[in-house]
Order: sequence, then structure tokens, then C-alpha cells
Amino acid sequence: MTQSSKPAPATPLSPRRRAVIIGASDGLGASLAWKLAKEGYTLALVARRVEKLNTLCAEINSSHNEVRALPYKHDVSNYDEAPTLLRNIVADIGGLDVFVFVAGVNFPPGVNNYNFEGDRKMIEVNLIGAMAWLSPVAEMFQNAKAGQIVGISSVAGDRGRIGNPGYNTSKAGLSTYLEALRNRLTRHGVNVLTVKPGFMKTDMLKAAQGGTPFAITPEKAADDIYQAMRKRKQVIYTASIWRWIMLAIQHVPSVIFRRMSF
Amino acid sequence: MQKNFTQLENFGHSLRAPAYLIRPNTIEEIQSVFQAAKKTGLTVIARGAGRSYNDASLNGGGIALDMRGMNAITTWDKSTGRVTAQPGVTLEQLWQKVEPDGWWPPVVSGTMKTTLGGCLAANIHGKNNFKMGTIGEHVIEFNAVLPTGAEIACSPKKNADLFYAMISGLGLLGIFTSITLQMKRIHSGLLVVDAYPVQNLHRHLSALREGAPGNDYIVGWLETFAGGSSLGRGQIHAARYLREGEDPNPQETMKIANQILPPRIFGVFPKSILHYFMSPFANNFGWRMVNIAKYFASLRKHTFRQSHAAFHFLLDYVPNWELSYGRGGLIQYQSFLPKETAEAAWTEMIQLSHKNGLPSYLGVTKRHRPDKFLLTHAVDGFSLAMDFKVTRSNRAKLHAMLQVFDQIVLNAGGRFYFAKNSETTAETAAQLYGKETLTKFRKLKKRCDPNHLLESNLYRRIFGD
Repeated sequence: MTQSSKPAPATPLSPRRRAVIIGASDGLGASLAWKLAKEGYTLALVARRVEKLNTLCAEINSSHNEVRALPYKHDVSNYDEAPTLLRNIVADIGGLDVFVFVAGVNFPPGVNNYNFEGDRKMIEVNLIGAMAWLSPVAEMFQNAKAGQIVGISSVAGDRGRIGNPGYNTSKAGLSTYLEALRNRLTRHGVNVLTVKPGFMKTDMLKAAQGGTPFAITPEKAADDIYQAMRKRKQVIYTASIWRWIMLAIQHVPSVIFRRMSF
Repeated sequence: MQKNFTQLENFGHSLRAPAYLIRPNTIEEIQSVFQAAKKTGLTVIARGAGRSYNDASLNGGGIALDMRGMNAITTWDKSTGRVTAQPGVTLEQLWQKVEPDGWWPPVVSGTMKTTLGGCLAANIHGKNNFKMGTIGEHVIEFNAVLPTGAEIACSPKKNADLFYAMISGLGLLGIFTSITLQMKRIHSGLLVVDAYPVQNLHRHLSALREGAPGNDYIVGWLETFAGGSSLGRGQIHAARYLREGEDPNPQETMKIANQILPPRIFGVFPKSILHYFMSPFANNFGWRMVNIAKYFASLRKHTFRQSHAAFHFLLDYVPNWELSYGRGGLIQYQSFLPKETAEAAWTEMIQLSHKNGLPSYLGVTKRHRPDKFLLTHAVDGFSLAMDFKVTRSNRAKLHAMLQVFDQIVLNAGGRFYFAKNSETTAETAAQLYGKETLTKFRKLKKRCDPNHLLESNLYRRIFGD
């Protein structure tokens, strides 16, 4: 890398935590990048759309007057790239304290339609893409006996519904995978945080069918996630009211749930 | 070779950085690590005992070579006092090898846990810097392996430019594989120590300057809380070797059993847990009380005999004492100032620390002389080391204060020591070393390490590329 792209060094009196965000180019990923940069993190931002990413990094760095964010182009469905890219990133930013997986796609097929291509893509990105990163990250954190994993799942993973079976499945899989990692890693001093957002005012909101109650901005979600990270929580809903809504929905008996319209 | 991705810390526990820790046992294994590093694009730094207060042995996300696997003393000639050892040998191993035969390492640090490789890379000094210089002045020759894989031998005559650059070179030019040192003859396991109080900074520095020529070692403790006319008060410990015949039974006093520090206090209380009892006092009030009590205890002027190990290795007296500073750890700010400017600069710095409510908890002074090494830290003057506790809430303020300190030191023609300094920026380091030295260093770096494989967090911080 060139001289100007080296992140500002960490010292005992300005100890910089280091984070990777996968899927950082816009929406929640970008909001989290702004939030963590403000908290003094050194960031590696990873996304497919490199122009957006470069702009974001430049804006973050110029607003803090030093290099806090570095861009990395990567498509999460190129699974084989993940371990090498992770190693390079960790070398560039001088370690890793927090790993955030935000990348996700949503292709709703419509209530009466079936679309294997879309379903497959959602599993490939939302679930397998996450696993391709999470397994080398988990191994690294387990060895280092430190670290924090933040996985952005969804309320959609809590129940299979009529609208988007593929998306439900990808997020249910991701939630379960994160839970399993939590059970593995807590004993090694690693925290795993599962974030389950409800509706959020991002591009993905366009995929929603019907109403979008309690929709929040990605900035608000990023604040919630940062607070949960600091408290080393395990599972959070954002907005928090979704915890109670989903608790209720999870307990609707199937005999009723399969006759409902969502 | 053992290999492990692991979290590494500095001494003082104020920095953490994960790295691939690899423990080589042979030169070939070091060479193979360099080859692997070149292939993967990772950087490498050698790490000894991890006793530097700063980021010198950290390489976040890269490779740290754990040199403690190469820890054999290969030859020891007790007639000439020459010893050849691998870089992972600690000062503890070294003195315990040579002392029973009537020799002592000519220069030692305040802890015996440091490795020879680390000592040479930082070019350490002891309490006798004014007389014996740095450890590098007692190196007869060393072998090293360069990142290119080449093996070289250096001495003041052979490859002299590399000899004077690799010693003090912070491990950035190559990796020591074998070190030959000249030991110093002693005639007793004891030193004669004079302890006496000094009432202010002016007297403190005069005592160091005037006391030095007649002694082999001199060190001052500075009471960091006192202000006004008592600012800089403290206690001087000046020591000299016993001459031949002064010790009636040198064989006895030079026995290791009579040197080592007792592991228990009063024979019962284990020192290894003492730091737990110290931590409640590790705050401004507690340390103020400790400093004042120590000063009044030091008012008694007295002379006594003390073993070499007890005199030198003060930092080992309470094991793990640095843990008493709590989660944020501690940093040490050591400045080296010419004898003409030291008093004014330190008066200003100590006053600033009081004004900011950020007093140092421990102050130590020494007398120094210049040396010929490329990245030298020495001056014809004095050094003052100040320990500061780091907490979440004092970080920003302490950082700002130390940046002011840096400017005071630079303006006074002072220097820093990169086994300790942890906050100085690349800009300050550039001013400190000057263009000529930096150009020379970079040229040598390019020659030894064309693929830029050797890097540490310290390197990235102060050389900034």
C-alpha cells in the first residue's frame, strides 16, 4: 500500500480497536462504519461495489483528518478469497478486535411464486458467504482468546412465513450458526452478538411486502448495535420492540399461523 | 517450529496486538520464516522476553519470532571473560553463568528477564552508563541473519556500519543469531552502596554529576509529588565494586544462592501475590503517600553492602508489579537531556504534571554519556524515567501532556529511548534523529531488507512507512 493509506498507529494512550465490516458500502454497513470510526476504530471496509466503498472511506477519513477506514473489494460469494483477504486485512490494520458481517440480499419471490434462483442467491450470500468468513474469523479469535463477532441476522429468521421462504431460511440458518459459534467461543473469551433488525429505512426496505411498522433509520440501528457491543450482549432486536413482537409471533400455534396472511 | 496465532502484549500491559507467534530453533528455520513471509506478504519482527514498555516487539497481524527457543550459552571462557550466546539467552541466565567464576555482565537493565537479542536491538544501558556506555560497547562480535537469508558477521572492524546500526537498530535490519560479549571482572559478589538524600532537583542533578566519577554505578530516585522548592527531591544510590581483598570471602558472596532475590518477605509472605495488595494504592493518593513515606525513610544517610543482583534488578523485586496498575496498564516516559538543559526542562515537566493532576508515580534518574551507535538515545547529561498509570478517563489528557513533553524535550536538545517510549509520533522521531541519520538508516534498511519484511508496530509508528 502507499504511504498515505496506512492507518494511524495505536498507542497506549490512543488505543485503537480494529474492526472488519463485510457489506459496508451502504445501508446499515455504512452507518456502522461511521459509528465505529467516530468511536476511534480502525476499519477495514469490505464490499462488492468499490466506487461506493472508496467514496465512503474517503469521506470517513477526511472527516477525522486521519486514516481510519481502508477499502477492500470482495464479493462474498467468492468463498475461497475470504481466508487470504482476512489475513491481509489483519496485517494491514494491525490486528482484529471486532468482525461484523452485514452483507445480505433479498429477492422476494411473491406470495404465490417460486424462484429457486433467488433463493439460492440468498443462501449463497446471506448464509454461506457468512460462514466462509466466520469460520476463519472464529478460529483466529479462538486462538487469540479475544474478539467479538457481530452477525446481522433478521427478525425474518425467527419464523418461516408465506412471503419469502428463502430469506427466512437464510436468516434462520445464520442465527443458528451464530448461536453455535457463541456456544463454542464464549469459553475462549470471544463474544458473539446476533443482531435481529426489524424494518430499516435502507434499499432493502423496497423488498418488503405490505406495511413496514416500526421502521428505523440505519443510524439508529448502528447506535443500538454499538451499545450492545460495548455491553457484550448476545442477541438484540432493533428496534427493541421487535423482541416482544417476535416473542408473540414465535408462540403463535402453527394451526393458526399457517392460516395467517404474513 | 511452534506456530500459534496469539494475542501479544507489551510490558506494562498497555498495548495488545495479535500476531503469528513462531518459535524458531535454528538459523535455517528463521530463513524459512523469511521465505514464507515474502510469499504471504506478512511482516516479521523478533521478540525476546517482551519486556519493552512499548510496541518494539509487537507486530499486529504479522509474524513475531519468539527467539526464546534459541537460548544456549555456546561458549564461556572464564580466563578471558568472553561469552558467546544465542539471542534468546536472558541476562538472568548470563549472570548466573559468569558470576560464580568472578565475572559480571558489564551492562545490565533494571530487570534480568530481558534477552540478549532484545538488549542489543534496544542497545540498553544500566546505572553505569556514564562509565561503561551501552551494552553495544561490550560486544566483540555478533552474527545475524538478514531478511534476504544472508548470514553476516559484524564487529567494530568487520561490517562496522552494520555493527553500529544493528545494535540500537530495534530489530529492523536483521536477526541476531549469536552474540559474543566481554564480561567484567569482579572480586566480590557484593557492592558498597552509599545512600543519601537530595533536597531538590538542582542538588539531585549535581549529586549525579559529582557522584558519578568516583563510583561504578549511580542512580537517583525522584520523589515525583513534591513541588515548589522541594521539586525534584529524592535519594541517590551510588555503588562501587569491591577491590581485590576487600571481601574476605569472595567465593561465598559470589554464590548464586547469595545473590538471588528472596521469593518471600520475612520468609513467609510470597512476593508473587504482592501486586494484588499494591493495586488499591495504585492511585494518586496512594502513590503520593508512598512517595512521601519513602522520601522520609531516605533521609537517613547510610552505607551498606548489597549483592549485585539485589542492586541491579530492582524491577524484579516484586514480581508482576506492573499488574498492580490495573487494566489500562502503565507507560513510562523517559527523556534524556543534556546536562545544561535538564534542570529547567524537568522542572517545567514536573510542574505541568502537577498542574494537570497527572502526577507520575515513580521517577528514576541516571547519568549518561554519548555513544557511536546509529540510533543512539544517549546524551552527555541525565535521564529521567517517569511511570504513569493509564486509565480510560486519563488517556486523552495524558496523551496531550506527553505531546507537550515531547516538544520540551526536543527544544532542550534531548532524546528518547525506544525500548520505552510509546507515544512519540513519526514527526517527532524525524526531528529527533535528524535527516542525515534517518537517510543512513533507510539506506541500510534497503540494503539488508530489500523486500521490507522486518517491521514492528514501533517501526510503523516512528518511521511511518
